Order: sequence, then structure tokens, then C-alpha cells
Amino acid sequence: MTTPTTDTPTVNAAEDLETDGPRWIGSALQPVLAIIAALLLGGVLIAATDERVMRATGYFFSRPTDTFAAAWRAASSAYEAMFYGAVFNPSGDTFTRQIYPLTETLTVATPLIFAGLGVAIAFRAGLFNIGAQGQILIGATLAAYVGFAWSMPLPLHLLLVIVAGVIGGGIWGGFVGLLKARTGAHEVIVTIMLNYIAANLLAYLLTRPAFLREGSTNPLSPPVAETAQFPLLLGPPFRLHWGFLLAIAATVFMWWVLNRSTIGFEIRAVGSNPRAAKTAGINVTKGFVVVMVMAGGFAGLAGVAQISGTEGSLSAGVAASFGFDAITVALLGRSTPLGTFLAGLLYGGFRAGAVTMQTMTGTNVDIVLVVQSLIVLFIALPPLFSAARRKRSSGAKGAAPSPSASAEGATSDGTSADAADTAQEGTGAEGPASTTPGGTKEARA
Amino acid sequence: MSTATQTPAPGHGTQGEAHEGAEHVDPAALPASARRAPLGFGVLALVSLIVFAFNGPDQSVTFRISGDGDLFQVPNVVVPGLVTGWVITIALAALTVFAFLRVRSGRLTPTWSVVLYGALFVAGFLVWVVGSANNPSVSLTGLLAGGVALAVPLVFGSLSGLMCERSGVVNIAIEGQLLFGAFSAAIAGSVSGSAWVGLLAAMIGAALVSLVLAVFSITYRVNQMIVGVVLNVLVSGLTGFLFATLLESDAGRFNSPPRLPSFAIPVLSELPLVGRILFDQSIVGYFMWLAIPIVWFAVYRTRWGLRTRAIGEHPKAADTLGINVNRMRFVNVLLGGLIAGIGGSFYTLVSVTSFTRDMTSGAGYIALAALIFGRWNPIGAFLAALLFGVASNLQSVLSFLGTSMPSQFLAMLPYVITILAVAGLVGASRGPASAGQPYVKE
Repeated sequence: MTTPTTDTPTVNAAEDLETDGPRWIGSALQPVLAIIAALLLGGVLIAATDERVMRATGYFFSRPTDTFAAAWRAASSAYEAMFYGAVFNPSGDTFTRQIYPLTETLTVATPLIFAGLGVAIAFRAGLFNIGAQGQILIGATLAAYVGFAWSMPLPLHLLLVIVAGVIGGGIWGGFVGLLKARTGAHEVIVTIMLNYIAANLLAYLLTRPAFLREGSTNPLSPPVAETAQFPLLLGPPFRLHWGFLLAIAATVFMWWVLNRSTIGFEIRAVGSNPRAAKTAGINVTKGFVVVMVMAGGFAGLAGVAQISGTEGSLSAGVAASFGFDAITVALLGRSTPLGTFLAGLLYGGFRAGAVTMQTMTGTNVDIVLVVQSLIVLFIALPPLFSAARRKRSSGAKGAAPSPSASAEGATSDGTSADAADTAQEGTGAEGPASTTPGGTKEARA
Repeated sequence: MSTATQTPAPGHGTQGEAHEGAEHVDPAALPASARRAPLGFGVLALVSLIVFAFNGPDQSVTFRISGDGDLFQVPNVVVPGLVTGWVITIALAALTVFAFLRVRSGRLTPTWSVVLYGALFVAGFLVWVVGSANNPSVSLTGLLAGGVALAVPLVFGSLSGLMCERSGVVNIAIEGQLLFGAFSAAIAGSVSGSAWVGLLAAMIGAALVSLVLAVFSITYRVNQMIVGVVLNVLVSGLTGFLFATLLESDAGRFNSPPRLPSFAIPVLSELPLVGRILFDQSIVGYFMWLAIPIVWFAVYRTRWGLRTRAIGEHPKAADTLGINVNRMRFVNVLLGGLIAGIGGSFYTLVSVTSFTRDMTSGAGYIALAALIFGRWNPIGAFLAALLFGVASNLQSVLSFLGTSMPSQFLAMLPYVITILAVAGLVGASRGPASAGQPYVKE
């Protein structure tokens, strides 16, 4: 990028910070601190809107302890309920009931992981893929169509459904890469627009007889065939299906692509510094297309997980808000395969637990959105961590507002170091930093 | 549409915009997007040929202009559907050839031809879509007035985006600003009992969203787009949570704001066509008519505007000349928030008087689209927002007329157009050069 941000002293200071002490402490500490801070703030919000707390504040000055006790009770009982709903239910009378929440978390996490990988791999090439939502929708549409319109024996049918989902998402994502490569159109704008186009396209298809149940005008497709569904992993009471194993496989696949394949090296090089990559003979435009096809393919798998895993038929709400949650998943996971997987599990737990929380304590599920976005903001917020950093590098002064971009969740893990060596960017901003129109300008020039 | 052609094209003769006014250059030196413009023209002309001309409606199309209460009556415009389709197709083809010749001689496609092309295409589309309906008659005034009403929050959102992007900060958080503005207006208006307090609260609320955007993206240099997207999620979650816990539980106290006044200006509002559009508005609507020229003047004719464009294009140069880049960006982002807040108040103080979850439903993203399609120019953004507003108004109008055109395709229109615009297929659409990049003083 041609930014006037080449700020050598700061970069050096930052590198000192990074290398001072074991690397993983810094990279693991930030997300953990951010999660704790976000949960705390979410707790404050829960407590502040709790009725008993409000009543206690009415006589705050005569007995302030009541307010604090009520606030603690409100927040802790909400989070307790969330834990029961997401991990382990101690009041269940059978073992099945007790561990049901955990399997539910894994089930909900499955599409989140897929879509999160789709956002993460694009980040690694410096592209900000906000279009996971649209890619899920198109992937789900194609997968569902193959699922209900064709009839075939089990392994083949399911396989074709998966392929259809990948193709659908891949086309929708690849189009973005193509436009970016050929015309310099900014991927953020294009993906936002494609999300809406996909939603409207699906809404239209759900008015056509070919996508509706016979004799019905309900915007709901016929159920996909048994042979097109993921078998259950643990048997009936649990919804957990083989899609989860596919999510693990996809995570490993992304790790392999990024760290062991040529195209992965190119993706990381393009993401770190498109100009340097171009100078080194890497075809940047091809890189954009390939990575967006892959990103869309991952997101399309999220659509498959919905269609063949939990939903069983196509409706307008089939993607829920997974495509947008995926952005926060990838950011929390710092765009690494393992990180994204773990972040997907965490947010899957939030989603699964939130339902129990709302029924048990009446706390609205939207608190999850607040906590989710706060986590991402806190990860990016340098003051939260500058204290910890300063302790580790007493010599490097003035680094407080320094390359916050390294905290912005892109690629600051050790694995990207090799690509970054050749292509260290001014602000130390790997990954998403090059999603700025700077790259666009070059593509057009 | 004629307003645009009469307005001095903002690019010409203004500092910092030299690229738009550049004439007589080598064809190869033209930006790639400019060379693609004739291609986009050609594609759309082909669409026009196939759809408007070959599949043109056989019946005549009536556009009603005057209402019953108007000062004087203007006769209805009745056009033959098929002939109009052919005439417009030929005109579009001629413009395509013109654009092609211009580019071949190394000159940019002039703005007026893009606007004229767009107007002709929209007219052709209207004639075609109304002509294909069972009842081919539509009130042009109603269509436009409804479109303007729907465009009001979009325009404010676009102007907010313009304030930010012109100074080099990409504002994806328009959606969050509108939503939080609407939410703040509902609460403050209900508790205080005054719509004006609600309007003020909307501006402050949206500016708070701006503040977070500014602190993160300017002070801490976090990627602006990431902050914007995350802010939208945060606002959606926060307002959804507070709506469920506070507003719904005691709607009378927290969620029943009074309405901002709407009034018609006597006599003027009875003029045919323009009367209802310009002079029969809500307060927020009148603010919109004020805001567009004010922002235009501020951006292109004041020292502040010159500096704003300078830090958006080349912050280093501006810094060298003594402009405090980051402070100016910070202030402009906050100003943008105040403007977006006015648009947000439209939802809860004008169109309905209660807040509902995610009630802006993506308007912020359409506002962003309008900003891009309008080429980062207040008047362009307004015209784009108006186009999008009319398109969504047309959806409901057409369902009355009984047409086979699926409403989903009309709903898609703004987004398709925006993609064409950012791909450079409808003329060069190039934003401020440094938008998206944090500035670090050396």
C-alpha cells in the first residue's frame, strides 16, 4: 500500500515487543482478556436492565449493598444459565440430558466454523469478505435443490449436495474475486451488495413452484431427501451430525492450504503486501479469484450444514445471521484455522446457551450479539493490552497506540512470519490492513 | 433529474478534483474504469433493445401529474409503450457511440452524458414496467413523492458517509448510526415528551457511534471497515437487547415518542408535481432539502471543504501545509454522525412513532451504495438515493397495478446498480484516494 504510514521507528518497537518473550503469550492473552472484558461489560448491561436491580437502586443510599447483590445475582444467574445451556446441564436427570447442551453447542458451531473459515481465508489474502451471508444463501439454495429434486443412493447424494453447496458459494465468492481482480471493485462494497442480491434471489426462488412444496405457496422448499442429509453422529436425541466432522476436516484443509501448499504461500504473500508479492512474480489477480472461490466454498459448506444438518429444507432464514457472525468468529480467531475453529465453538456456545438463558432468566438473546462484537472491539483496542505489553518491554516507549493492527486479529501468529518477512508492511498491519482501497488503486493503475 | 444537469459539474474547476476535469489525454492514460464506461453503456443499451423495444408493451402508458387539489391542472402524459421503448433504445445507442468516440479520442465520458443516460434508462424502464401492468396508469407525482419520503434517511446516511470518506475514513457504520439514531430518538422523545429533544438525542446517539468509529480507526488505527462492520453488529445487538428489556416492557414510557411536525407550505405545495415533493414535507424532509446544498457548498466552496478533500486525497501533502489531519478527520466523522442522526430520527419521529428491532433493515448499506453510485458528491448521492427510493416505492405501486414483474428484482436493483458502478461499468466511480488508510504523522 502506498500509505504515508511507513513509520520505521514504530515498526521496530513493535517487533521488539513481539519478540520480547514467548510469542504465544501475547497472542493467547489478548483474546482471553478481550473475552473477559466483554463478558464483564455484558454483565453490567444485564444487571443495569434487571428489574430487581432497578428496584434496589431506588434505596441505593440507605442500603447500597442490596444493589450490588442484586446486580451480581442478575448477571451471574444469566451467565450460569448460559453455561447450562451451552456446556453441561447439572440438573438433567439422565447423562443424555446433562451433555445435550454440549452437543447442541457443537451443532450450532458447525456452520459458524465453516463460514468463519470462509471469512478467515479471505483475510489472509488481505480481502475483507463480508459476503459470507450471501455465499451461505446461494450454497444452501443449490445444495437444497440437489437435495430435494434429485434422488440417489446415500453416499453419492450427500456428496453431490456438498459439492453443490461448495459450487454455489464458490461462484458467489469467486465473482467478487473476479471483479476485484479485473476492475478493482472494492470487495467490501461488492460483498455487501451481493448479500442483498442473494437474499432477494432466494426470496424470488421461494415464490416459484419448482422450489415450493406441492400445492403450497408457503416460502418453504420441500424437505431434502433422507439420502441427502448428514447422518447423526450420536443418534436421535442429539442433533449433532457428521457435518461437524466435516468442519474439522475443513479446518485441517485450510491449515494445509495455507501452510503447506504453494497457493497458500501466495495467498499469505498477497495478503501481507500485494506489491511485494507482485514483484516476487506472484499473480495477484489470480490469487484474489482463487482465495475468494475458496472463501465462498467454505461459506457454501455452512449452507450445506444448515440444509443437510439441522434445517432439512430451504427457507428465507436458512442462513440465520451466520454470515455476519462469521466475521466476528474470524476476527476473534485471528484468521488462523485453529483460532477460527475455537472461536466458532465459543460463539456456538454463546448462541446455544443464549436460548436457555432467555427461557431461564428472561435475559434477551441479543446480549450475545453485544458480547460478540465487544470481544472483537476489545481485541483491537490497544489500551487494554498496552499495560501488559509495556511490562514486557520496558525499553520500548511510545508504543501505546502503535501498530494496533497487529492486535486487529489478522495473522499475527507465528505461521505467517515467513510470508511477512518478505512483505512486512509499514504499520505491521498484516492481513486486513490491505483491504483498504489502496490495493484497489493499484489494481486499476 | 434535470437539476443535476443544470448544476455546475462539481469536478470542474475545483482544486483537488483535477482528475475528473482532465481533458485531451492519451487513451491509454485514462483510468481503466473510464475506458469501461462505453462497455457498460452498451450492455444496458442491449438490455433496453431486448426488453424495452422487442418486448415493449403494446398499450399506451399514462403518467398522471396533477392531483385534484392542485392550483392548475397539467394534462396527463400519455405515451405509446412500444414506440417509446424504441426511441429510448435508439437514444441510448447514440449515447453509447458518443461515449465510445470520446474514450477513443482519449477523453472522459462527461458527467452529463452519464446522468442523461441514467435518466433515459429509468424512463424506459418505467414505461416498460408500467406498460406491462394490467392497469397502465400511474401517478408520477405519487411515485416521486413516495420515493422522496423513502429516500430521506438514505440521503442523510449518504451525507454522513460523504463527510467521513471525503476526509479519508470509510464509514461502513452508517447502518449503525441510523439505527442508534432511531433508537435514541424513540427513547429521548418518549421520556421527554418532546420530538425536538428526540431529534437532538438522535443526533447525539449517532455521533456516539461515530465517536467509537473515530477513536478506533483514527486514534488507534484499527482497520476502518472492520470497526464499521463490528459497530453495526454492536448497535443491532445493543438496541435489540434494550428494546426487549426496556422498550417493550414499558412501551408507554419508553417507546411512544411524539411525531415531528409535518406541514405543507401554502400555495407552493399546490403546484403540480413539485408541490408535493418539495413543499409538503416533514421537518426532516425540509432539513434534507437544506442539507444537500449546504453540504455541497461546504465541500466544494469553503476552506473547510478544500481541506477535507485534501486530507481524503493526499493527507501527507495536507499535513505538510499545516493541516492537522487526524484532528480534522475526527471532527468530520463526528459531524457525519450528527447528520446521520437526523436521518435516524426519521424512522421513529416521522414515519412511525415507535422503535422496533433492526427497523432500519439495511438502509445504511443502501445509503453507502448511494454514496458510491453518486460518486461521493452530495447531489449525486441525493439522485442515487432518490432512484433507490423510487425503486422501492415502485415495488408497492406495482403490486397495486398488477404486474408480472417480481418485486424481488426491483428490490435487487440498487445493489446491482452499485456493483456496476464500483466495477466502473457506468462511468468511473472513484472514491477519495486515501479513504480507508489511517494517517501516521512522521
